[in-house]
Amino acid sequence: MSKILIRGAKVLGGAPQDVLIDGETVAEVGTGLSADGAEVVEAGGKVLLPGLVDLHTHLREPGREDSETVLTGTRAAASGGYTAVFAMANTFPVADTAGVVEQVWRLGQEHGYCDVQPIGAVTVGLEGRKLAELGAMHESAAGVTVFSDDGKCVDDAVIMRRALEYVKAFGGVVAQHAQEPRLTEGAQMNEGVVSAELGLGGWPAVAEESVIARDVLLADHVGSRVHICHLSTAGSVEIVRWAKSRGIQVTAEVTPHHLLLTDELVRTYNPVYKVNPPLRTERDVLALREALADGTIDIVATDHAPHPHEDKDCEWAAAAMGMVGLETALSVVQETMVDTGLLDWAGVADRMSFKPARIGQATGHGRPVSAGEPANLTLVDTEYRGRVDPAGFASRSRNTPYEGRELPGRVTHTWLRGKATLVDGKLT
Amino acid sequence: MQRHLISAADLTRDDAVLILDTAEEMARVADRPIKKLPTLRGRTIVNLFFEDSTRTRISFEAAEKRLSADVINFSAKGSSVSKGESLKDTAQTLEAMGVDAVVIRHGASGAPYRLANSGWIDAAVINAGDGTHQHPTQALLDAFTMRRRLIGRDAGLGQDLSGKRITVVGDVLHSRVARSNVDLLHTLGAEVTLVAPPTLVPVGVDSWPCAVSYDLDSTLPKSDAVMMLRVQRERMNAAFFPTEREYSRRYGLDGDRMARLPEHAIVMHPGPMVRGMEITAEVADSGRCTAVEQVANGVSIRMAVLYLLLGGNEPAVTHSRTEEK
Repeated sequence: MSKILIRGAKVLGGAPQDVLIDGETVAEVGTGLSADGAEVVEAGGKVLLPGLVDLHTHLREPGREDSETVLTGTRAAASGGYTAVFAMANTFPVADTAGVVEQVWRLGQEHGYCDVQPIGAVTVGLEGRKLAELGAMHESAAGVTVFSDDGKCVDDAVIMRRALEYVKAFGGVVAQHAQEPRLTEGAQMNEGVVSAELGLGGWPAVAEESVIARDVLLADHVGSRVHICHLSTAGSVEIVRWAKSRGIQVTAEVTPHHLLLTDELVRTYNPVYKVNPPLRTERDVLALREALADGTIDIVATDHAPHPHEDKDCEWAAAAMGMVGLETALSVVQETMVDTGLLDWAGVADRMSFKPARIGQATGHGRPVSAGEPANLTLVDTEYRGRVDPAGFASRSRNTPYEGRELPGRVTHTWLRGKATLVDGKLT
Repeated sequence: MQRHLISAADLTRDDAVLILDTAEEMARVADRPIKKLPTLRGRTIVNLFFEDSTRTRISFEAAEKRLSADVINFSAKGSSVSKGESLKDTAQTLEAMGVDAVVIRHGASGAPYRLANSGWIDAAVINAGDGTHQHPTQALLDAFTMRRRLIGRDAGLGQDLSGKRITVVGDVLHSRVARSNVDLLHTLGAEVTLVAPPTLVPVGVDSWPCAVSYDLDSTLPKSDAVMMLRVQRERMNAAFFPTEREYSRRYGLDGDRMARLPEHAIVMHPGPMVRGMEITAEVADSGRCTAVEQVANGVSIRMAVLYLLLGGNEPAVTHSRTEEK
């Protein structure tokens, strides 16, 4: 692998610098670096970030290859500036054994677009009754450290407590999909003014908040750390803020769509806006942005959830829940957090690379852009504005809520350990 | 008038009054020996029913036939829908057969809206009840009944329901009838009060243009009409109320309660009634109960809606006798 000189890039949004990649690592960062023997990429004032890390991706393989595969999903990830994604366990079969997680991990390695770190199921079959072999998954080639029944809540308090305790043995973390199941039977959208009018079953904020409250108290009691998936309400923010102030080891993520969209969109009955947890209110959106800015919410995670066209081209109640997000995440974060002045690019690097890598223990990812570090990098044209066109997605699925919406920013280059996976917006 | 009728909230006051006035014209047809108009001759209407509803379907069918439309009845049971065919495919199949309008009843809230707005088909869409969302022709026939009874058949022409006090009692949470009525009655100037146990009122009701009360007895003396909604017995299994008897005692309408109503007030029910639950037989069979009249009015209202959506500019009813031979 040869040398690459990225010339004139605003590293983490700072003053323009040159960054020299040699092989798999960053060799030098400075000004006026020699281009001798190196391929030159003129950054021209674009922003250079550490490769993004997504702690919450659904790659659908094995089992639902009609909506996404490890190949198409990691290509989508590279397009969106990601160099590592954590693949959720709700596949068919469920990733609840060493065999399944190793298969997913190997597929990521083979394709080479993006590192795939499988997440293991907490319970067998995501059924919430019996712990999966968490230790075996950790010791497998996949080296699983994050466990989640995402899509379902670990609602049994004893199972949750045991899982939190058990993974301490090998430094794992449980990522909770907080949804009290009885309070959300038949739930179709956020419960509130809009659901009352539309006659769609309500998903009340309290169904999320009560589980988060329980789980931070459990984590405190047994001295474990807990991660909260896709936190979506202002009340959840308050609980996490309180827990952190008490020194409880809790981390939390927010999705790009919960930073931008509200339940008013459901008035169209277009299932492209159907997602779990549901889109909430303007008040929630503003609270989430503020919490991401002040660090109460640690990271942005996409909850990239591909679905085939027919599962969204139907009536609301029949539609699948979820949105694709890998290829629009950075643009939405720029729109909601950077262009609003809530975060600078160093803050974006922190929320979308450094911290998710730390929470998930993704070795070699989420590192500073400095000499000797792995060359996992993303170059972003932050001046760009354009309309989202799903036809151009690398993902196999097109279920984006942003079709036709104008968003800022475009990832032009992604390097995974020095190897370009995206050049001038085109996958290699 | 819009091209589709999806929600009672889409109707302006003038739209609604026009429909009610047109329905009065249509009602006269029912008094003739031959109850038929040529208005929709050559037009094809499909009644696309994904949910069982005999009374609404036959009401639409009667209206369509009286307007001389060709009628196709499609019920999901035993059809390809039960074999997994999608709403989209079903609708497109029907449109390929040259359907001008689709009357749809569906268990999923928003299904008619999707059908009208997804570019799947070009036909006019009329919502005959979707999930717990809307049932606009029910609200129209209720308003028609109220106007006739509270203002008068002829005196009501051109009038709305300004100042009338309407009380809607029962399972508001699961009721598309309640939602449609709140929207339409508000548009027509009536004052609506919903009465239900707090468990059967949706979170978010504060934004509705109506009052909410948990006490039926204090509301009845201030009502010009009281509309009793059906309450399914199974709701008590999900703890919406403790027992059937407790529900009846607190929110059911019996003879004693009916006596609290002003002399002129009427009792309405969209049907089907659960006698002994929300309404006693004594009330249901009394002269103040308009349930049967509402069914008759339903045909006139649906004729008016179909005529206004599909009939174009020709007058609905010609008064020359030649049409009736």
